[in-house]
Amino acid sequence: MNKSWWKILSFLLLIYTIIAGFLCNVPRLPILNETIRNLYFHVCMWFGMMILFGVSFYYSIKYLRTFQFKYDIYAHCFASVGSFMGILGYLTGFLWVNVTWITDQSQSIGSVLKEPKLIGAAIALLIYGAYFVLRDSFTDMDKRARTSAVYNIFAFAMLFPSIWIIPRIVGSLHPGAPGSDSGNPALDRKDLDASMRMVFYPAVIGWTLLGVWISTLKIRLSLLKDKIDSNE
Amino acid sequence: MLNRILGIVKKELLLEIRQKHTFYGILLYIASTIFVIYLSLSETPETTIWNTFFWIIQLFVCVNAIAKSFLQESKGRMLYYYTIASPIEFITAKLIFNVIIMWVMSMISLLLFFVFLGNPTTNSILFLVIVFIGGSGISLVFTLMSAIAAKAQQNAALVAIMGFPIILPQLMLLMKLSKVAFAEVFKNGAVIQLVGLSLLMNVLVVVLAMILFPFLWKE
Repeated sequence: MNKSWWKILSFLLLIYTIIAGFLCNVPRLPILNETIRNLYFHVCMWFGMMILFGVSFYYSIKYLRTFQFKYDIYAHCFASVGSFMGILGYLTGFLWVNVTWITDQSQSIGSVLKEPKLIGAAIALLIYGAYFVLRDSFTDMDKRARTSAVYNIFAFAMLFPSIWIIPRIVGSLHPGAPGSDSGNPALDRKDLDASMRMVFYPAVIGWTLLGVWISTLKIRLSLLKDKIDSNE
Repeated sequence: MLNRILGIVKKELLLEIRQKHTFYGILLYIASTIFVIYLSLSETPETTIWNTFFWIIQLFVCVNAIAKSFLQESKGRMLYYYTIASPIEFITAKLIFNVIIMWVMSMISLLLFFVFLGNPTTNSILFLVIVFIGGSGISLVFTLMSAIAAKAQQNAALVAIMGFPIILPQLMLLMKLSKVAFAEVFKNGAVIQLVGLSLLMNVLVVVLAMILFPFLWKE
Protein backbone atom coordinates (compact mmCIF):
# COMPACT_ATOMS: atom_id res chain seq x y z
CA MET A 1 0.00 0.00 0.00
CA ASN A 2 2.95 2.32 0.59
CA LYS A 3 4.32 1.97 -2.90
CA SER A 4 3.63 5.23 -4.62
CA TRP A 5 4.32 4.60 -8.29
CA TRP A 6 0.70 3.82 -9.09
CA LYS A 7 -0.46 6.98 -7.38
CA ILE A 8 1.86 9.00 -9.60
CA LEU A 9 0.68 6.97 -12.59
CA SER A 10 -2.95 7.70 -11.70
CA PHE A 11 -2.17 11.40 -11.39
CA LEU A 12 -0.36 11.52 -14.72
CA LEU A 13 -3.04 9.51 -16.51
CA LEU A 14 -5.76 11.80 -15.22
CA ILE A 15 -3.85 14.92 -16.21
CA TYR A 16 -3.46 13.34 -19.65
CA THR A 17 -7.17 12.40 -19.73
CA ILE A 18 -8.31 15.90 -18.90
CA ILE A 19 -5.95 17.68 -21.28
CA ALA A 20 -6.26 15.25 -24.17
CA GLY A 21 -9.91 14.64 -23.46
CA PHE A 22 -10.82 18.28 -23.86
CA LEU A 23 -8.35 19.28 -26.56
CA CYS A 24 -7.78 16.31 -28.86
CA ASN A 25 -9.69 15.75 -32.03
CA VAL A 26 -12.88 13.69 -31.77
CA PRO A 27 -15.18 12.41 -34.50
CA ARG A 28 -18.00 14.83 -35.30
CA LEU A 29 -21.21 12.85 -34.95
CA PRO A 30 -24.78 14.11 -35.26
CA ILE A 31 -26.61 14.69 -31.94
CA LEU A 32 -23.54 13.72 -29.92
CA ASN A 33 -21.33 16.54 -31.20
CA GLU A 34 -18.75 17.57 -28.63
CA THR A 35 -20.52 15.75 -25.78
CA ILE A 36 -18.78 12.62 -27.00
CA ARG A 37 -15.92 13.73 -24.74
CA ASN A 38 -18.06 12.74 -21.78
CA LEU A 39 -17.12 9.17 -22.65
CA TYR A 40 -13.78 9.73 -20.91
CA PHE A 41 -15.56 10.52 -17.66
CA HIS A 42 -18.97 8.86 -17.65
CA VAL A 43 -18.01 5.38 -18.81
CA CYS A 44 -14.88 5.35 -16.63
CA MET A 45 -17.01 5.91 -13.52
CA TRP A 46 -18.93 2.71 -14.22
CA PHE A 47 -15.75 0.78 -14.89
CA GLY A 48 -14.34 2.08 -11.63
CA MET A 49 -17.51 1.22 -9.74
CA MET A 50 -17.64 -2.34 -11.01
CA ILE A 51 -13.97 -2.94 -10.32
CA LEU A 52 -14.22 -1.52 -6.79
CA PHE A 53 -17.31 -3.63 -6.07
CA GLY A 54 -15.38 -6.61 -7.35
CA VAL A 55 -12.51 -5.83 -4.99
CA SER A 56 -14.98 -5.45 -2.13
CA PHE A 57 -16.44 -8.85 -3.02
CA TYR A 58 -12.94 -10.35 -3.03
CA TYR A 59 -12.20 -9.01 0.45
CA SER A 60 -15.53 -10.27 1.77
CA ILE A 61 -14.59 -13.76 0.65
CA LYS A 62 -11.18 -13.28 2.17
CA TYR A 63 -12.77 -12.22 5.45
CA LEU A 64 -14.91 -15.34 5.61
CA ARG A 65 -11.85 -17.50 4.96
CA THR A 66 -9.53 -15.90 7.50
CA PHE A 67 -11.78 -13.95 9.92
CA GLN A 68 -9.28 -11.13 10.06
CA PHE A 69 -11.04 -7.95 10.97
CA LYS A 70 -9.10 -5.71 8.60
CA TYR A 71 -10.55 -7.45 5.55
CA ASP A 72 -14.02 -6.43 6.65
CA ILE A 73 -12.87 -2.81 6.74
CA TYR A 74 -11.33 -3.24 3.29
CA ALA A 75 -14.60 -4.60 1.89
CA HIS A 76 -16.61 -1.79 3.45
CA CYS A 77 -14.35 1.01 2.19
CA PHE A 78 -14.11 -0.34 -1.34
CA ALA A 79 -17.89 -0.69 -1.47
CA SER A 80 -18.47 2.85 -0.28
CA VAL A 81 -16.03 4.40 -2.75
CA GLY A 82 -17.59 2.20 -5.45
CA SER A 83 -21.03 3.57 -4.63
CA PHE A 84 -19.63 7.09 -4.73
CA MET A 85 -18.29 6.47 -8.23
CA GLY A 86 -21.68 5.06 -9.19
CA ILE A 87 -23.35 8.29 -8.08
CA LEU A 88 -20.80 10.27 -10.11
CA GLY A 89 -21.57 8.01 -13.06
CA TYR A 90 -25.23 8.89 -12.70
CA LEU A 91 -24.47 12.61 -12.55
CA THR A 92 -22.26 12.57 -15.64
CA GLY A 93 -24.83 10.42 -17.41
CA PHE A 94 -27.55 12.85 -16.47
CA LEU A 95 -25.72 15.70 -18.14
CA TRP A 96 -25.32 13.56 -21.22
CA VAL A 97 -28.97 12.54 -21.32
CA ASN A 98 -30.01 16.19 -21.24
CA VAL A 99 -28.34 17.00 -24.52
CA THR A 100 -28.61 13.74 -26.44
CA TRP A 101 -31.60 11.58 -25.55
CA ILE A 102 -34.09 14.31 -24.77
CA THR A 103 -35.00 15.49 -28.22
CA ASP A 104 -37.71 18.00 -27.49
CA GLN A 105 -38.41 19.99 -24.38
CA SER A 106 -41.75 18.41 -23.58
CA GLN A 107 -40.29 14.91 -23.25
CA SER A 108 -40.16 13.93 -19.61
CA ILE A 109 -36.99 12.57 -18.05
CA GLY A 110 -38.96 9.66 -16.59
CA SER A 111 -39.78 8.24 -20.00
CA VAL A 112 -36.12 8.23 -20.95
CA LEU A 113 -34.80 6.74 -17.74
CA LYS A 114 -36.47 3.35 -18.11
CA GLU A 115 -33.25 1.94 -19.45
CA PRO A 116 -31.82 -1.51 -18.72
CA LYS A 117 -28.43 -0.10 -17.84
CA LEU A 118 -29.85 2.61 -15.63
CA ILE A 119 -32.00 0.04 -13.87
CA GLY A 120 -28.99 -2.23 -13.39
CA ALA A 121 -26.99 0.61 -11.91
CA ALA A 122 -29.88 1.61 -9.68
CA ILE A 123 -30.13 -1.96 -8.42
CA ALA A 124 -26.41 -1.96 -7.68
CA LEU A 125 -26.65 1.26 -5.69
CA LEU A 126 -29.73 0.02 -3.80
CA ILE A 127 -27.96 -3.21 -2.93
CA TYR A 128 -24.95 -1.41 -1.54
CA GLY A 129 -27.27 1.00 0.27
CA ALA A 130 -28.84 -2.03 1.93
CA TYR A 131 -25.35 -3.30 2.70
CA PHE A 132 -24.51 -0.11 4.61
CA VAL A 133 -27.85 -0.17 6.46
CA LEU A 134 -27.24 -3.79 7.39
CA ARG A 135 -23.79 -2.95 8.74
CA ASP A 136 -25.13 -0.13 10.85
CA SER A 137 -27.78 -2.28 12.44
CA PHE A 138 -25.22 -4.31 14.39
CA THR A 139 -23.49 -3.37 17.57
CA ASP A 140 -21.40 -6.52 17.78
CA MET A 141 -18.30 -6.12 15.56
CA ASP A 142 -17.76 -9.77 14.77
CA LYS A 143 -21.39 -10.45 13.94
CA ARG A 144 -21.52 -7.33 11.78
CA ALA A 145 -18.44 -8.32 9.81
CA ARG A 146 -19.63 -11.87 9.22
CA THR A 147 -23.22 -11.07 8.29
CA SER A 148 -22.39 -8.17 6.01
CA ALA A 149 -19.74 -10.27 4.27
CA VAL A 150 -22.36 -12.94 3.60
CA TYR A 151 -24.75 -10.33 2.20
CA ASN A 152 -22.03 -8.72 0.12
CA ILE A 153 -21.08 -12.03 -1.49
CA PHE A 154 -24.67 -13.05 -2.12
CA ALA A 155 -25.68 -9.68 -3.51
CA PHE A 156 -22.65 -9.40 -5.77
CA ALA A 157 -23.12 -12.90 -7.13
CA MET A 158 -26.80 -12.20 -7.84
CA LEU A 159 -26.27 -8.69 -9.18
CA PHE A 160 -23.61 -9.12 -11.78
CA PRO A 161 -25.17 -11.85 -13.89
CA SER A 162 -28.24 -9.66 -14.17
CA ILE A 163 -26.23 -6.56 -15.02
CA TRP A 164 -24.37 -8.48 -17.67
CA ILE A 165 -27.24 -10.53 -19.07
CA ILE A 166 -30.22 -8.17 -19.11
CA PRO A 167 -28.71 -5.45 -21.34
CA ARG A 168 -28.03 -8.17 -23.89
CA ILE A 169 -31.71 -9.17 -24.12
CA VAL A 170 -33.57 -5.89 -23.93
CA GLY A 171 -33.35 -2.91 -26.21
CA SER A 172 -31.61 0.20 -25.00
CA LEU A 173 -30.68 3.70 -25.98
CA HIS A 174 -27.12 3.06 -24.95
CA PRO A 175 -24.78 2.12 -27.78
CA GLY A 176 -24.41 -1.59 -28.37
CA ALA A 177 -27.99 -2.66 -27.63
CA PRO A 178 -29.47 -5.56 -29.60
CA GLY A 179 -30.66 -4.28 -32.92
CA SER A 180 -27.96 -1.69 -33.25
CA ASP A 181 -24.83 -2.20 -35.30
CA SER A 182 -22.43 -3.44 -32.67
CA GLY A 183 -22.62 -6.62 -30.67
CA ASN A 184 -21.19 -5.94 -27.25
CA PRO A 185 -23.22 -3.67 -24.98
CA ALA A 186 -20.29 -2.92 -22.72
CA LEU A 187 -17.35 -2.29 -24.91
CA ASP A 188 -16.83 -2.80 -28.61
CA ARG A 189 -13.65 -1.95 -30.41
CA LYS A 190 -15.55 -1.26 -33.60
CA ASP A 191 -17.63 1.41 -31.87
CA LEU A 192 -14.78 3.54 -30.79
CA ASP A 193 -12.66 5.66 -33.06
CA ALA A 194 -8.92 4.94 -32.83
CA SER A 195 -8.15 8.47 -31.68
CA MET A 196 -10.65 8.15 -28.86
CA ARG A 197 -9.30 4.79 -27.75
CA MET A 198 -5.96 6.47 -27.15
CA VAL A 199 -7.58 8.56 -24.44
CA PHE A 200 -10.32 6.22 -23.27
CA TYR A 201 -8.23 3.28 -22.08
CA PRO A 202 -5.76 5.39 -20.09
CA ALA A 203 -8.75 7.25 -18.64
CA VAL A 204 -10.32 4.01 -17.40
CA ILE A 205 -7.08 3.00 -15.72
CA GLY A 206 -6.54 6.46 -14.28
CA TRP A 207 -9.99 6.83 -12.76
CA THR A 208 -9.95 3.30 -11.37
CA LEU A 209 -6.57 3.88 -9.75
CA LEU A 210 -7.90 7.10 -8.26
CA GLY A 211 -10.82 5.15 -6.81
CA VAL A 212 -8.43 2.61 -5.31
CA TRP A 213 -6.30 5.44 -3.93
CA ILE A 214 -9.28 7.06 -2.19
CA SER A 215 -10.27 3.65 -0.84
CA THR A 216 -6.83 3.02 0.63
CA LEU A 217 -6.93 6.40 2.36
CA LYS A 218 -10.33 5.55 3.79
CA ILE A 219 -9.06 2.15 4.89
CA ARG A 220 -6.08 3.68 6.69
CA LEU A 221 -8.36 6.15 8.42
CA SER A 222 -10.76 3.41 9.54
CA LEU A 223 -7.94 1.20 10.79
CA LEU A 224 -6.50 4.08 12.81
CA LYS A 225 -9.92 4.94 14.23
CA ASP A 226 -10.34 1.33 15.16
CA LYS A 227 -6.95 1.34 16.92
CA ILE A 228 -7.87 4.42 18.94
CA ASP A 229 -11.22 2.89 19.89
CA SER A 230 -9.61 -0.29 21.09
CA ASN A 231 -6.99 1.60 23.13
CA GLU A 232 -9.54 3.62 25.02
CA MET B 1 -28.92 -36.67 5.76
CA LEU B 2 -32.09 -36.91 3.68
CA ASN B 3 -33.93 -38.20 6.72
CA ARG B 4 -32.88 -35.26 8.80
CA ILE B 5 -33.86 -32.78 6.08
CA LEU B 6 -37.27 -34.40 5.73
CA GLY B 7 -37.59 -34.44 9.50
CA ILE B 8 -37.09 -30.70 9.76
CA VAL B 9 -39.47 -30.07 6.85
CA LYS B 10 -42.05 -32.25 8.54
CA LYS B 11 -41.60 -30.43 11.83
CA GLU B 12 -42.09 -27.08 10.08
CA LEU B 13 -45.23 -28.31 8.35
CA LEU B 14 -46.61 -29.66 11.63
CA LEU B 15 -45.84 -26.36 13.32
CA GLU B 16 -47.65 -24.54 10.54
CA ILE B 17 -50.69 -26.79 10.91
CA ARG B 18 -50.74 -26.52 14.72
CA GLN B 19 -50.22 -22.77 14.82
CA LYS B 20 -52.95 -21.97 12.37
CA HIS B 21 -53.05 -18.27 13.16
CA THR B 22 -49.90 -17.45 11.15
CA PHE B 23 -51.16 -19.30 8.10
CA TYR B 24 -54.58 -17.70 8.30
CA GLY B 25 -52.91 -14.36 8.88
CA ILE B 26 -51.10 -14.58 5.56
CA LEU B 27 -54.24 -15.87 3.89
CA LEU B 28 -56.17 -12.87 5.15
CA TYR B 29 -53.35 -10.63 4.00
CA ILE B 30 -53.62 -12.00 0.46
CA ALA B 31 -57.40 -11.77 0.41
CA SER B 32 -57.57 -8.22 1.72
CA THR B 33 -54.84 -6.90 -0.61
CA ILE B 34 -56.53 -8.39 -3.65
CA PHE B 35 -59.88 -7.08 -2.42
CA VAL B 36 -58.41 -3.58 -2.14
CA ILE B 37 -57.12 -3.81 -5.70
CA TYR B 38 -60.52 -5.08 -6.84
CA LEU B 39 -62.30 -2.15 -5.20
CA SER B 40 -59.87 0.50 -6.38
CA LEU B 41 -60.15 -0.54 -10.03
CA SER B 42 -63.45 0.39 -11.61
CA GLU B 43 -63.29 -2.34 -14.25
CA THR B 44 -61.32 -5.53 -14.84
CA PRO B 45 -57.74 -4.47 -15.55
CA GLU B 46 -56.01 -5.00 -18.85
CA THR B 47 -53.41 -7.74 -19.10
CA THR B 48 -50.27 -5.69 -18.42
CA ILE B 49 -51.72 -4.18 -15.28
CA TRP B 50 -53.09 -7.54 -14.16
CA ASN B 51 -49.68 -9.08 -14.64
CA THR B 52 -47.88 -6.31 -12.76
CA PHE B 53 -50.33 -6.43 -9.87
CA PHE B 54 -50.04 -10.18 -9.65
CA TRP B 55 -46.27 -10.24 -9.35
CA ILE B 56 -46.12 -7.37 -6.91
CA ILE B 57 -48.66 -9.11 -4.70
CA GLN B 58 -46.55 -12.27 -4.94
CA LEU B 59 -43.54 -10.30 -3.79
CA PHE B 60 -45.30 -8.83 -0.76
CA VAL B 61 -46.93 -12.11 0.18
CA CYS B 62 -43.52 -13.71 0.06
CA VAL B 63 -41.92 -11.03 2.22
CA ASN B 64 -44.64 -11.55 4.81
CA ALA B 65 -44.82 -15.33 4.68
CA ILE B 66 -41.11 -16.09 4.43
CA ALA B 67 -39.66 -13.32 6.58
CA LYS B 68 -40.83 -15.02 9.73
CA SER B 69 -39.13 -18.30 8.87
CA PHE B 70 -35.97 -17.38 10.75
CA LEU B 71 -37.33 -14.61 12.91
CA GLN B 72 -39.64 -16.92 14.82
CA GLU B 73 -36.84 -19.24 15.86
CA SER B 74 -35.78 -18.55 19.40
CA LYS B 75 -32.14 -18.73 20.42
CA GLY B 76 -32.71 -21.89 22.40
CA ARG B 77 -34.34 -23.66 19.49
CA MET B 78 -31.51 -22.68 17.16
CA LEU B 79 -29.11 -24.20 19.65
CA TYR B 80 -31.16 -27.37 19.58
CA TYR B 81 -31.02 -27.50 15.75
CA TYR B 82 -27.29 -26.98 16.03
CA THR B 83 -26.98 -30.25 17.93
CA ILE B 84 -29.15 -32.36 15.64
CA ALA B 85 -28.39 -31.14 12.09
CA SER B 86 -25.64 -29.69 9.96
CA PRO B 87 -26.10 -26.17 8.57
CA ILE B 88 -26.53 -27.47 5.03
CA GLU B 89 -29.28 -29.84 6.10
CA PHE B 90 -30.97 -27.07 8.03
CA ILE B 91 -30.94 -24.52 5.21
CA THR B 92 -32.05 -27.14 2.67
CA ALA B 93 -35.02 -28.01 4.85
CA LYS B 94 -35.89 -24.33 5.27
CA LEU B 95 -35.63 -23.72 1.51
CA ILE B 96 -37.83 -26.71 0.69
CA PHE B 97 -40.41 -25.75 3.28
CA ASN B 98 -40.55 -22.13 2.15
CA VAL B 99 -40.93 -23.12 -1.50
CA ILE B 100 -43.86 -25.35 -0.54
CA ILE B 101 -45.48 -22.54 1.47
CA MET B 102 -44.94 -20.11 -1.39
CA TRP B 103 -46.52 -22.51 -3.88
CA VAL B 104 -49.60 -22.84 -1.70
CA MET B 105 -49.81 -19.06 -1.28
CA SER B 106 -49.32 -18.51 -5.02
CA MET B 107 -52.15 -20.88 -5.87
CA ILE B 108 -54.47 -19.16 -3.44
CA SER B 109 -53.64 -15.70 -4.72
CA LEU B 110 -53.95 -16.87 -8.32
CA LEU B 111 -57.37 -18.26 -7.55
CA LEU B 112 -58.43 -15.01 -5.88
CA PHE B 113 -57.08 -13.04 -8.84
CA PHE B 114 -59.17 -15.15 -11.22
CA VAL B 115 -62.25 -14.62 -9.06
CA PHE B 116 -61.91 -10.89 -8.42
CA LEU B 117 -59.96 -9.52 -11.34
CA GLY B 118 -60.91 -11.91 -14.12
CA ASN B 119 -58.75 -14.33 -16.04
CA PRO B 120 -56.89 -12.60 -18.88
CA THR B 121 -54.59 -15.55 -19.56
CA THR B 122 -55.07 -17.54 -22.72
CA ASN B 123 -53.10 -20.47 -21.38
CA SER B 124 -53.79 -20.85 -17.67
CA ILE B 125 -51.75 -24.03 -17.22
CA LEU B 126 -48.68 -22.36 -18.69
CA PHE B 127 -49.18 -19.38 -16.42
CA LEU B 128 -49.45 -21.71 -13.44
CA VAL B 129 -46.10 -23.28 -14.36
CA ILE B 130 -44.51 -19.83 -14.59
CA VAL B 131 -46.03 -18.93 -11.23
CA PHE B 132 -44.46 -22.02 -9.70
CA ILE B 133 -41.04 -21.22 -11.13
CA GLY B 134 -41.31 -17.59 -10.09
CA GLY B 135 -42.70 -18.36 -6.66
CA SER B 136 -39.85 -20.72 -5.89
CA GLY B 137 -37.30 -18.13 -7.05
CA ILE B 138 -38.74 -15.38 -4.86
CA SER B 139 -39.05 -17.60 -1.81
CA LEU B 140 -35.49 -18.94 -2.15
CA VAL B 141 -34.02 -15.43 -2.18
CA PHE B 142 -36.12 -14.26 0.74
CA THR B 143 -35.29 -17.31 2.83
CA LEU B 144 -31.64 -16.35 2.77
CA MET B 145 -32.49 -12.69 3.35
CA SER B 146 -34.52 -13.73 6.36
CA ALA B 147 -31.58 -15.75 7.67
CA ILE B 148 -29.33 -12.69 7.34
CA ALA B 149 -31.89 -10.32 8.84
CA ALA B 150 -32.43 -12.63 11.80
CA LYS B 151 -28.87 -11.80 12.84
CA ALA B 152 -29.66 -8.09 12.93
CA GLN B 153 -32.02 -6.60 15.47
CA GLN B 154 -34.58 -4.56 13.50
CA ASN B 155 -35.20 -7.32 11.06
CA ALA B 156 -38.60 -7.25 9.34
CA ALA B 157 -37.91 -4.02 7.46
CA LEU B 158 -34.40 -5.15 6.68
CA VAL B 159 -35.72 -8.19 4.77
CA ALA B 160 -37.49 -5.89 2.33
CA ILE B 161 -34.59 -3.44 2.03
CA MET B 162 -32.08 -6.18 1.28
CA GLY B 163 -34.32 -8.40 -0.79
CA PHE B 164 -36.04 -5.99 -3.19
CA PRO B 165 -33.03 -4.89 -5.22
CA ILE B 166 -31.80 -8.47 -5.46
CA ILE B 167 -35.14 -9.85 -6.60
CA LEU B 168 -35.82 -7.02 -9.08
CA PRO B 169 -34.05 -8.50 -12.13
CA GLN B 170 -35.74 -11.83 -11.54
CA LEU B 171 -39.11 -10.14 -11.17
CA MET B 172 -38.63 -8.26 -14.43
CA LEU B 173 -37.70 -11.52 -16.09
CA LEU B 174 -40.85 -13.19 -14.74
CA MET B 175 -43.13 -10.36 -15.80
CA LYS B 176 -41.68 -10.60 -19.27
CA LEU B 177 -41.95 -14.37 -19.31
CA SER B 178 -45.56 -14.44 -18.13
CA LYS B 179 -46.57 -12.52 -21.23
CA VAL B 180 -46.31 -15.88 -23.00
CA ALA B 181 -49.44 -16.93 -21.19
CA PHE B 182 -51.18 -13.77 -22.40
CA ALA B 183 -50.81 -14.89 -26.02
CA GLU B 184 -48.00 -12.47 -26.73
CA VAL B 185 -45.81 -13.71 -29.53
CA PHE B 186 -42.14 -14.22 -28.69
CA LYS B 187 -39.09 -14.60 -30.83
CA ASN B 188 -38.13 -18.19 -31.61
CA GLY B 189 -36.34 -19.73 -28.65
CA ALA B 190 -36.78 -16.67 -26.44
CA VAL B 191 -39.17 -18.47 -24.11
CA ILE B 192 -36.75 -21.34 -23.53
CA GLN B 193 -34.03 -18.78 -22.91
CA LEU B 194 -36.11 -16.92 -20.32
CA VAL B 195 -37.25 -20.09 -18.55
CA GLY B 196 -33.68 -21.37 -18.53
CA LEU B 197 -32.43 -18.10 -17.14
CA SER B 198 -34.91 -18.05 -14.26
CA LEU B 199 -34.23 -21.70 -13.43
CA LEU B 200 -30.52 -20.96 -13.51
CA MET B 201 -31.03 -18.06 -11.11
CA ASN B 202 -32.83 -20.42 -8.73
CA VAL B 203 -29.96 -22.89 -8.88
CA LEU B 204 -27.51 -20.06 -8.23
CA VAL B 205 -29.45 -18.96 -5.14
CA VAL B 206 -29.56 -22.51 -3.76
CA VAL B 207 -25.82 -23.00 -4.29
CA LEU B 208 -24.99 -19.64 -2.70
CA ALA B 209 -27.29 -20.40 0.23
CA MET B 210 -25.50 -23.71 0.82
CA ILE B 211 -22.09 -22.05 0.72
CA LEU B 212 -22.94 -18.98 2.77
CA PHE B 213 -25.38 -20.21 5.38
CA PRO B 214 -22.78 -22.11 7.48
CA PHE B 215 -21.12 -18.75 8.18
CA LEU B 216 -24.36 -17.30 9.54
CA TRP B 217 -25.05 -20.38 11.56
CA LYS B 218 -21.93 -20.45 13.71
CA GLU B 219 -22.00 -18.02 16.55
